[in-house]
Amino acid sequence: MKMISRFGLGLLLSSSVLTAQAEDVKIGMITTLSGGGSHLGVDVRDGFMLALEQSGRDDVEVLIQDDARRPDLARSLSNEFIQRDDVDILTGIIWSNLAMAVVPSVTRQGTFYLSPNAGPSDLAGRMCHENYFNVAYQNDNLHGAMGAYMREEGYERPIIMAPNYPAGTDALAGFKHLYEGEVVGELYTQMGQTDYAAEIAQIRDSDADSLFFFLPGGMGISFMKQWESSGVDMPIFGAAFSFDEILIKAVGSAAIGARNTSLWAYDLENEANASFVEGFQAAYDRLPTLYAAQGYDTANLILSALETAHPDDKDAFREALRAADFDSVRGEFRFGPNQHPIQDIYVREVVEGDDGEPTNRLIGVAIEDIQDVYYEQCEM
Amino acid sequence: MSVTLLIEQLLNGVQLGTMLFLMASGLTLVFGVMGLINLAHGSFYMVGAYATAAVTASTGSFLIGLAAGMTAAALVGALVELIVIRRLYHRPHLDQVLATFALILIFSEGTRWIFGSSPLWLSPPSWLTGFVTLPGDTRYPVYRLVLIGVGVAIAIALYLLISRTRLGMRIRAGESDREMIGALGVNIAKLYTVVFALGAALAGLAGALVGALQSVQVGMGEPVLILAFVVIVIGGIGSIKGALLGALLVGVVDTLGRVYLPLFFQTFMPPSEATGVGSSLAAMLIYILMAVILAFKPKGLFAAND
Amino acid sequence: MINTTPLSKNAAPATHAESHFDRKGLVQMILLGLLLLLPVAAYFLGHTYYVNLASRVTIIAMAAVGLNLAIGYGGMVSFGHAAYFGLGGYVAGISAYHAFDMTPFMSWPFSVPGSDSLLVVWLAAVVLCALLALAIGAISLRTTGVYFIMITLAFAQMIYYFANSWPTYGGQDGLPIYIRNTLPQVGNNLLDSSDALTYFLICFTGLMLAMALTSRLMKSRFGAALTMARLNDVRLATAGVSPYPIRLVAFVISAAITGLAGALYADLNGFVSPSMLSWHFSGELMVIVILGGVGRLYGPLAGAVLFVMMETFLGGITEYWQLFLGLVLLGVVLFAKHGVMGWLAGSERNE
Repeated sequence: MKMISRFGLGLLLSSSVLTAQAEDVKIGMITTLSGGGSHLGVDVRDGFMLALEQSGRDDVEVLIQDDARRPDLARSLSNEFIQRDDVDILTGIIWSNLAMAVVPSVTRQGTFYLSPNAGPSDLAGRMCHENYFNVAYQNDNLHGAMGAYMREEGYERPIIMAPNYPAGTDALAGFKHLYEGEVVGELYTQMGQTDYAAEIAQIRDSDADSLFFFLPGGMGISFMKQWESSGVDMPIFGAAFSFDEILIKAVGSAAIGARNTSLWAYDLENEANASFVEGFQAAYDRLPTLYAAQGYDTANLILSALETAHPDDKDAFREALRAADFDSVRGEFRFGPNQHPIQDIYVREVVEGDDGEPTNRLIGVAIEDIQDVYYEQCEM
Repeated sequence: MSVTLLIEQLLNGVQLGTMLFLMASGLTLVFGVMGLINLAHGSFYMVGAYATAAVTASTGSFLIGLAAGMTAAALVGALVELIVIRRLYHRPHLDQVLATFALILIFSEGTRWIFGSSPLWLSPPSWLTGFVTLPGDTRYPVYRLVLIGVGVAIAIALYLLISRTRLGMRIRAGESDREMIGALGVNIAKLYTVVFALGAALAGLAGALVGALQSVQVGMGEPVLILAFVVIVIGGIGSIKGALLGALLVGVVDTLGRVYLPLFFQTFMPPSEATGVGSSLAAMLIYILMAVILAFKPKGLFAAND
Repeated sequence: MINTTPLSKNAAPATHAESHFDRKGLVQMILLGLLLLLPVAAYFLGHTYYVNLASRVTIIAMAAVGLNLAIGYGGMVSFGHAAYFGLGGYVAGISAYHAFDMTPFMSWPFSVPGSDSLLVVWLAAVVLCALLALAIGAISLRTTGVYFIMITLAFAQMIYYFANSWPTYGGQDGLPIYIRNTLPQVGNNLLDSSDALTYFLICFTGLMLAMALTSRLMKSRFGAALTMARLNDVRLATAGVSPYPIRLVAFVISAAITGLAGALYADLNGFVSPSMLSWHFSGELMVIVILGGVGRLYGPLAGAVLFVMMETFLGGITEYWQLFLGLVLLGVVLFAKHGVMGWLAGSERNE
């Protein structure tokens, strides 16, 4: 990892080859580094590389490619990594639809895949695989936790909205599962939609007392900007995906007061997190998002397993991953039987920070030890 | 399904329509006067948006940014006309399609090179944010109303330009007989450059105005370009009046279809499925509209001449 | 104003060009030989990736052979051939999806099960693409010039948006094919379609058949009539032949070839998505036809080789390779009318 420390991590471009030697471990990272939502991929990459650098190991080679958020491109990149570059482990995919296109074929070819984001229900349930580990969350987790939180807080008529793609439908299903009450409306938007005038009009026209939405990446910014000037007055809730540090700074004052669920917060108090947040700010001069935290955890999980076994010894390496013997920045972390996390989900509120810019503040725990509902369908 | 919702959605449709008109009027002028099919028109939309975002960010003034965006689009348009487009006037349409497709690749990748892949965020000035309350207690964002106003003003200005000025007279002459205006001593080359730059400026204006509402990113012009093609095919290629009516028709049908078709299917299907069926149909609606109109009027509603 | 015709004058009829036979024949032999030998060599050296890359070249060349029949020989500037490529792909994807899930494709009015047989998929792809092209062509061919370009584009967009928002088969997410469709078992199963080299040879055979079909077609009376329809349809009409059905038949065959290529492409990638239907892909196919040399039998192949090489190798050097593709394309359109094959093999006899 000498190259990195010399040039600084920020200089790493989308396609970079780091040091290589015999018996090295080769990791392929396919992530979104261009287009709308590229900051998610950038943060996963930066968090991942930070953990590698902090470990001081120089026998781990990381190949990074940009998928431009295109499933077909991600699919062919994964084939290149496996068939041409012979990687041991793949990781990095941000979006559920890309994960669905890539992961089953990767794991079937005998390569490990560790998800640093995105956890579609099929991969947790009927299509689970012994070579697939999710280090982030199952898609329902954060939305379900928000459902539970909003029910406890006494909201009775939420209207809920998400893009019409697997993670979107999972999100709303997850919300309803733990909210348990009736919602006054469900809106499905187009993926990548930029104009939300029609949806805002429908929200205004409903008699909802609260809005829960899931619009990751640039979609959330467009929506919040248009929401602010619409004059609709309603408390808003979401998952951390719509309220990461970068999004809320782009949105500005419109985001103040929004509450969101997250598996991690930068002001969460534990030793691993302190070292992560400090290291990240020192290396990249910005606050980490939860994507960076997930990338960081993914790398640390891999590093912990490498202490026991090389990925060439698949069974031993798999066992080592399952043990999840690493210090997660989110506190306690363990895998369920389908190799998806069992973890606490926190609630954060967007407040005005000391510099006048919006920032997230931890306000409590939404739900403890949440586990997805799909593990029963998983036969491994 | 209240009346206020309908009014609000109609306004949204008209707003989309006016922005489509800004795109379509340039396309249809260029085709009418020069007989050129220009796929790169969406690139001017993008150039306008990027220039506006960059200048607004550095000067802090949206209006200066807007002026810069229009100027940049016009300049780029004129330059492209001088270097590439004028070699294409007497070429087959296939060559025009390919050369302008090549221009799209060059502009998109060039922009990505200069500005990076992440979208830029451009906001309307503070005095244009917020909403107004319309009769019937409909609240509507000020900025969207302004967009409608700008679109209408441009439509009137174009009408006056073409029917009342010397330049307009030449454009009309060019549409009906290209050989003749040359014989009349009009400098055709200059006329073509001016018309092309005017079209590019309008596209740049649309890109900047919409960019402030949504986001400024590479490739933003392409979906709009395709819609603008549908508009001018419906309206009749070469006709400004056709472009205006076609744009409004497409804007309103598209917006209402997206809202009401899923709602319609929700009356007898679960929401997730209804949205799927409804929005697939809604996405096809304007193309179906186009096919129906062409079945009765093969040259569009207001074919300029043939 | 007067609509200029889309009939490109630089597209030569598929007649022999004896004076250039040697050089042209040599270039064609080299092109085919390399396409066949390089992947075989790569396979035995253990570089599966390059075998798959060759399959990709072959399939895209085949799609372009289809488009070349419409644009080059028929003078029909279709800006919507991605529709057939994508439909072919979706036939493969949907069929595999139902075979994998063991659910019927439709159960009413009669039951149609999914199938993981390549032969069934190919047949269905060809038939469905031909039917779609019949419907689109019947409407579009009533118009000419720029209207034809835009209407074919609009129909393709309609199908693109439909695929994008129809959730059953993945919508915008696309549809993975988890297990490649298979050929019927022959003896001890010599044809394992999941083997990279076998699949390449299947694709190569497909390309050869498509080129042979085009060649035969253009030497027949039908081809003569199509050429005449392109060059001077009034003269054709005075000879008592209506150009419309001739164009329509050529358009349908063209779409069927492109559709079959789409089905092969889907199985190669193990993935279908609306991007196969996008207008960008229609544009790229046209680019390939033009780069190679419009209206030339080997043009699409040369264009596809050049395009995929630029994509792979230029794309490996710079993220912005499409900028250079754009410049090359602009140069070819403005200055090199006969494409790569014209440059390598000399111009064909012009009318």
